[in-house]
Amino acid sequence: MSEGTLSRPVEEEASGSFLVELQHRLPLETYVLALTVLVWVLLAIFSPYFWTAGNITNILRQVSIDAILAFGSLFPIILAGIDLSVGSVAGLSGVVFSMLIADAGQGLLVAFIATMAMGVVIGVINGWAIDRLGIPPFIVTLAGLQGYRGLALLLSGGMTISGMPAGLQAFSLSSVAHVPTLFLLMAVIGLGAHFLLAYTRLGRYMYAIGSNAEAARRVGIRVIHVTTVAYALAAGFATLSGLLLVARLSMGSPTAATGSELQAIAAAVVGGASLFGGRGTILGCFIGALLFTTIGNGANLLGVNSFWQMVIEGLLIAFVVYFDNLQKRRQAGIG
Amino acid sequence: MAALLEVEGLVKSFGPVDVLHGVDLALAAGEVLALVGDNGAGKSTLIKHIAGVYRPDAGEIRLEGRPVRIETPGRARELGIETVYQDLALADELSVGANIFLGREPVRRLLGLIPVIDKARIRGETDALLARIESRIPRKAKTVSRLSGGQRQAVSIARALYWQAKVVIMDEPTAALAVMEREHVIGLARRLAAEGAGVIYIGHNLIEILEVADRVSVMYRGRIVHVTNARETNQQELIKYMTGFTEAAH
Repeated sequence: MSEGTLSRPVEEEASGSFLVELQHRLPLETYVLALTVLVWVLLAIFSPYFWTAGNITNILRQVSIDAILAFGSLFPIILAGIDLSVGSVAGLSGVVFSMLIADAGQGLLVAFIATMAMGVVIGVINGWAIDRLGIPPFIVTLAGLQGYRGLALLLSGGMTISGMPAGLQAFSLSSVAHVPTLFLLMAVIGLGAHFLLAYTRLGRYMYAIGSNAEAARRVGIRVIHVTTVAYALAAGFATLSGLLLVARLSMGSPTAATGSELQAIAAAVVGGASLFGGRGTILGCFIGALLFTTIGNGANLLGVNSFWQMVIEGLLIAFVVYFDNLQKRRQAGIG
Repeated sequence: MAALLEVEGLVKSFGPVDVLHGVDLALAAGEVLALVGDNGAGKSTLIKHIAGVYRPDAGEIRLEGRPVRIETPGRARELGIETVYQDLALADELSVGANIFLGREPVRRLLGLIPVIDKARIRGETDALLARIESRIPRKAKTVSRLSGGQRQAVSIARALYWQAKVVIMDEPTAALAVMEREHVIGLARRLAAEGAGVIYIGHNLIEILEVADRVSVMYRGRIVHVTNARETNQQELIKYMTGFTEAAH
């Protein structure tokens, strides 16, 4: 049997200096993490308030809620889909949760379970509309972005809902061995999501569908099941982050988490996820969320105009995606 | 000749368009049966019935003598029918091993409870398999997106080999390949047959067809009009049947 040119060993491509080799092999997350560390060091130098226990704890609490939202939005992105509704679902969930407690007099547990169930149902509807009705995910979840936010405003009459039990905020401010409980909760959820993606068939099928949905179908993968689970996870995680936001602010707000869907997606992308599907990790999402949270925090501490903050974030997304493309083109030998 | 796969009287229309008018086909274990014909002759439609993509309007498919209903691609795989597509249908972002085992990952139980993919086993089996087909696909390639067309086709064929497919359908497996890579894929097709599979090989390049096939079936307008031993025919004769020249003469 002739072997011909079938066999170009990959090692040949990566010849060159050690640094070039390193650049070929390290995933994008490594660079984003390095950038985050750099920002931390700079902030510690330029702001006397940055490296204080209070501020670090504050960052850890804030990043927890953002990261959970980003973890959720990663699942549809891996499928080469997108969920634009996660911010609105978080907002609606906060309203429903706080109204169940303040207006309907329900206990925390009942309100929690009912709201989580609502979130999962929303996700199942998204998955069903995308796979069964064949509506593009962008459209389905764009409808959700508008619709669920409208519902949150309708239900609450546009007003914030107060009267949360004191224990709720106490929980959001609590720590275990000096680590904020919210952060530990996020870490546990992140580990679970990472386990699902990296070690189970379900997770692998998400990557497979995102890489080549037709190939996945041809080997007998039930695309509808996997799609439904992915969007249910996105909406479920969004619901949870909405509830944690209520706990943190000790009130429900119909405009909570407005626009956060884009920051969640940006965190995933900056962390190495591809909007073309098939790529993305939970660790990367966390690093992306940490970078954005740090920039927000630093901008506040340094008194940078918050409009500039948005410009910086925009440039960052563009730069990271460009860098990632560059790296991939080099790997493919085109660049 | 003991038939491994038999197709009898297969009829299929898409709305008012009749594509297959009663196709008969027999495939033996250990042979490469080429299927040739002009575009639109019905080759793809025929093999998609065997691969579980289409369901026939009438007719029967028998596997090892038993009538089978192949309702989905998943069912086809369960029956031991694998397809190697011309468009290199692999999941680009997954590794070679992940592609070979896609949909049939071996699972071990973590703490005796939680089912997780047995990655060590996939790695081991993949290395052994690649060594077996003498393909120097880079072990370290993290994803198949970095492989050449021929290497990717070798992954698809390795998948059929590993799962000991009874019937392997190769739908223009060399269409997207460089000339140099064709030889390897043709070699792998022969290898599949040598290991006991029945191979249906669809192609347009008649030189290649005569090189790879034991027998050749010619389709013309939804029927098989000619079946011959590859050694007893030539390009001119096949083209005559493919263009309907002999039909007109009747």
